Amino acid sequence: MAILVDSHTRVVVTGATGQEGARHTGYMREYGTNVVAGVTPGRGGQDLDGLPILDTVHEAVQQHGANTAIIFVPPPFAGDSICECVDAGSELVICITEGLPTLDAIRAVRFAGERGVRVIGPNCPGVMTPGQSKVGIMPADIFREGCVGVVSRSGTLTYEVVNLLTENGLGVSTCVGIGGDPVIGTTFTDVLELFRDDPDTCAVILIGEIGGADEEMAAELIGSGYPKPVVSFISGRSAPPGKRMGHAGAIISGNTGTPQGKVDAFKAVGVQVGDTLDEVVHIVQGLVKA
Amino acid sequence: MKLYEYQAKEIFARHGIPVPRGQVAETPEQAAAAAERLGGRVVVKAQVHAGGRGKGGFVKVVNTPAEAREYAEWMLGRTFKGLVVKRALVEEPLDIKTEYYLSATIDRMTKRPIMIGSAEGGVEIEQVAEETPDAIAKAPIDTAYGPFDFQLRQFMTAAGFDPTAHRGIAPIARKVYEILVAADASLVEINPLVITGDGKVMAADAKFDVDDNALFRQKDLAQYREESEEDPIEAEAHRRGVTYVRLDGDIGIIGNGAGLVMTTLDLVTRAGGRPANFLDIGGGARAESVREAIEIVLMDPNVKGILFNIFGGITRGDEVAKGILAGTSTMDIKVPIVVRMEGTLAEEGRKLLEGSNLVAASGPVEAAEKIIELARGR
Repeated sequence: MAILVDSHTRVVVTGATGQEGARHTGYMREYGTNVVAGVTPGRGGQDLDGLPILDTVHEAVQQHGANTAIIFVPPPFAGDSICECVDAGSELVICITEGLPTLDAIRAVRFAGERGVRVIGPNCPGVMTPGQSKVGIMPADIFREGCVGVVSRSGTLTYEVVNLLTENGLGVSTCVGIGGDPVIGTTFTDVLELFRDDPDTCAVILIGEIGGADEEMAAELIGSGYPKPVVSFISGRSAPPGKRMGHAGAIISGNTGTPQGKVDAFKAVGVQVGDTLDEVVHIVQGLVKA
Repeated sequence: MKLYEYQAKEIFARHGIPVPRGQVAETPEQAAAAAERLGGRVVVKAQVHAGGRGKGGFVKVVNTPAEAREYAEWMLGRTFKGLVVKRALVEEPLDIKTEYYLSATIDRMTKRPIMIGSAEGGVEIEQVAEETPDAIAKAPIDTAYGPFDFQLRQFMTAAGFDPTAHRGIAPIARKVYEILVAADASLVEINPLVITGDGKVMAADAKFDVDDNALFRQKDLAQYREESEEDPIEAEAHRRGVTYVRLDGDIGIIGNGAGLVMTTLDLVTRAGGRPANFLDIGGGARAESVREAIEIVLMDPNVKGILFNIFGGITRGDEVAKGILAGTSTMDIKVPIVVRMEGTLAEEGRKLLEGSNLVAASGPVEAAEKIIELARGR
């Protein structure tokens, strides 16, 4: 069953003819993802290795049955692209683009929320259900099918933990990169709720980082009764306050967003927190095999 | 990007938020001249991106232009919390009756702009939040409508603002929100918002952070970056489009992806080392940007060793290896380099690095321990 993306996912790629968009469209199709169309305004009628390129997302939804959109358009236009995908009727919109102005993200997330459409990202690696569909930029060959759900604010740490899972004989149900920006469409709590109801997921790895209070909210949800084990990792434990560590959202300001606060919040509700990703995977291994 | 108080007040004045009359001075002479024009008795305020200036002696009321000159002489060029004071703001003194706190910022939880107010002005809001959280009022604003009048009235009441002052504060609160949106700011803060003896409302101090991702459409704010006090290496990295944050240790860190680099800093710290920087080469970096990354890290004279932590997704191991080799062959590098490489084309990358005097590490923990050991031996 998995969550968010599966074998029924039909993908439209916005910004498909750009450098990154074209490359990852190729990788997604290579993996077996059902990509039905690409969109680049003004390029309608062309094709990308046999994939039809359209002028609008509406055409992709109406004529090609797209139900999921992935966005690669440059930051100044990405907020608008999210709204176009929502308006066109895409059920899920995944924004890979990094560098959206926060106010654009606020407007787009609000627009989508009003219409009941889920946005993932911006500034995220996407979503992948191994063996079914990859709607993102993660390296597919490190993934193995399994029952561990992965949700993360960081792209490379996701790859690192997935690789460790595979090396240790474990696999992934669905992997969700929620993104490293201050305002994102889908948070840890949203994804935890989806994993809770997914019979294919037996445990969850949650990779958080400094900044914001999403990890604390996740801890609150887990504390109110969560049926599956969750193991966490928090990056940025050595980051000084006030310095933005790469991700726009990864910044300790005042007393909010400190790593210790997040670790404490998790430990208080019985979530084990690993000091390294190796440790996280070994904890999960013990839980899954037990 | 952080703006200085005087820059923020320029923006406030343009949008009709009352600020004290004042002038920026870069020399003691300019400070004296400003004091002369403002009537002799003035406040001289250091322009740095750090709080606690008053307690630190970097804000002072002086009575004459001569005193203003003397104080500016002392202050300009001096270091406060690690930052060199290059400018002073010389302002008319205010007859302060009441000090409030007023700001607009982005609330990650509600995913909206939010107004924050408190009658406990003049102190750090974090301190108020910790000691008396009930003294803080918050009002999330829907960007589709902006603040409603009734919402602002409720907000001011909840903040504990004197009801007789509501009429004066409401338009300022609205403008603070409007400036946040118009300038793509992540914080517009007035602390204190002063009510004077004769009932005027004024922004006595200002903090202003602009969303870096929006600078492409905030051209008139981008000019302020020139005057900003960035660390020189950070400034150079920024010019070249490299994500670099300088820290105060001696182990240079280079990796791909913010989370991975952050975690590498954690591992080095955990193993007893001190990171000199955060440097993310980003996704899909080419050899040239890897070479450039080494160059930037080595601009910091404290660096005693460099640790590469690469987990290739879009980033290719062979490209990174080529970049490292380009660096070691063109630069005279005297510090040890440890490379940990996994993921896409990592094996090819590791092969390219064989035979060089770079040190390979199989995992991130081992890599952190190795570089600390090698750097210590120097």
